[in-house]
Amino acid sequence: MSTYEIYIAYSTIVRKEIQRFMRIWVQTLLPPSIIMVLYFIIFGNLIGSRIGQMGGFDYMQFIVPGLIMMSVITNSYGNVVSSFYSTKYQGSLDEMLVSPMPNWVILAGYVTGGVARGLAVGTIVTTLSLFFTHLEIYNLGIITLVVLMTSILFSLGGFVNAVFANSFDDISIVPTFILTPLTYLGGVFYSIDLLPDFWAGVSQLNPILYMVNAFRYGILGVSDIPVGYALLVISVFIVALFSYCMHLLNTGKGIRK
Amino acid sequence: MTYALEINQLHKTYDNGFEALKGISLKVEQGDFFALLGPNGAGKSTTLGVVSSLVNKTAGSVNVFGHDLDIEVSQAKCMMGVVPQEFNFNMFEKVQDVVIQQAGYYGIPRDEALRRTEQLLTQLSLWDKRHDASRTLSGGMKRRLMIARALVHKPKLLILDEPTAGVDIELRRSMWEFLTRINEQGTTIILTTHYLEEAESLCRNIAIIDQGEIIKNSPMGELLKTINTETIVLDLQEPLSQAPEVEGYRLLLVNDTHIEVTLNHGQDINTVFVALSATGVKVTSMRNKTNRLEELFVNLVTSNKTDLKGVSA
Repeated sequence: MSTYEIYIAYSTIVRKEIQRFMRIWVQTLLPPSIIMVLYFIIFGNLIGSRIGQMGGFDYMQFIVPGLIMMSVITNSYGNVVSSFYSTKYQGSLDEMLVSPMPNWVILAGYVTGGVARGLAVGTIVTTLSLFFTHLEIYNLGIITLVVLMTSILFSLGGFVNAVFANSFDDISIVPTFILTPLTYLGGVFYSIDLLPDFWAGVSQLNPILYMVNAFRYGILGVSDIPVGYALLVISVFIVALFSYCMHLLNTGKGIRK
Repeated sequence: MTYALEINQLHKTYDNGFEALKGISLKVEQGDFFALLGPNGAGKSTTLGVVSSLVNKTAGSVNVFGHDLDIEVSQAKCMMGVVPQEFNFNMFEKVQDVVIQQAGYYGIPRDEALRRTEQLLTQLSLWDKRHDASRTLSGGMKRRLMIARALVHKPKLLILDEPTAGVDIELRRSMWEFLTRINEQGTTIILTTHYLEEAESLCRNIAIIDQGEIIKNSPMGELLKTINTETIVLDLQEPLSQAPEVEGYRLLLVNDTHIEVTLNHGQDINTVFVALSATGVKVTSMRNKTNRLEELFVNLVTSNKTDLKGVSA
């Protein structure tokens, strides 16, 4: 295929993916918005007002970057895992497998769809947060870079989950038992400086900690982790997961008989 | 000579150890209308799955119009359109989107994809349904949608895995006409079917696969010539109490107005008609008791099973 034909194939998947989550916005865009508003009200206003300051900021200001990242992570992941698994389940994945489209285009198309939903929800949640607190942007470049890298990483994660999933139950196990706990323990609601040394060390094994802190740095200018180190860790995870996804596609694991 | 499809020593063993293909080789000429027949589980769908890249082969090679599927993947895939046995499109997509998206996967710009989609859906009587969700189509319409989808990139080789399964006879015949037309326009067609009448009337060449092996591969005409006996049913105008005797022929009175005539290789039905006419028996119509190819198919598959039992014993 020529570069132009590859671009058409890629944009076909991206268009399909964006149309899918926009068509079912009540399931894809509305629930995370409502959940985040509840977080802002309960943790930010009601409980946060009694906690006082965290990392030198109002508690509400402190948790907003983490909650935005939480939305981006769960929605990027959720979009790819549910869409790719549905495609596999219905058999329409065959449409792509019989075509001359290279495997990396299929992966790039789905990841872009996941990134698009992550960004859409992230934008909605950020806008909603402005009704509850005042946000100042410390470094727009870091914010953009971290959101993009994080949504790419979790879209790739969703892809791996979808490839191995054999039922709709399998696509909810990882988000429920791994992703959500890691997000809660990833410094969304607290600074790891509050933890005893041992648990602070353990927390550093959690990749979500790096993303939340890098994003928080972009907005507030403070982070528990050096931002350069955080970006390096995210990059390593992206390269590793991308390579693994390509391996799965090239060998046909979970998708070809 | 460049074949539309050339399969050499194709092996497929599934993870559970089942050997679905035991080294089959097959050549399909350009422009052919080719039937790949076999009983359930014989290896037809596995063969087509490997050719269409949906099944990983264990060994062997596949060439499509001279392009090796392992080396020139893109070129080989561009040559093929695949209509699978199961409905495998997104049931929530609109009918026209199913076709347009498939065109996109082949790198066809959207304007051109829209034009081709309109043309194909019109030819297959689906244009009126273009805005409907594909899940709302009837079974026959879904099959036609898959044909439109497989043709949108103008493949030179169309692979159809039981395209008329579950389709009523009227629709089946219109599908035959459509396939015949595109074959006449130069598209090579490979067809698997359980309707042997379909294979006999459409296909010029045939391969029969059983238990992962090709047990017969020849032109349809030659294959049909090998039939040793053929049974013809005659409908009589007046009832008879016993079957007339015709020297050298076996006639059986099925009921008072039907006679079955068994013709051996080299015998002709005219002799029977002359003899019946001489005795005043009038025949109003005649038909084959079973489809000729069906008879042959059953004989071949049965004898293959017997041979294999003999080998294993």
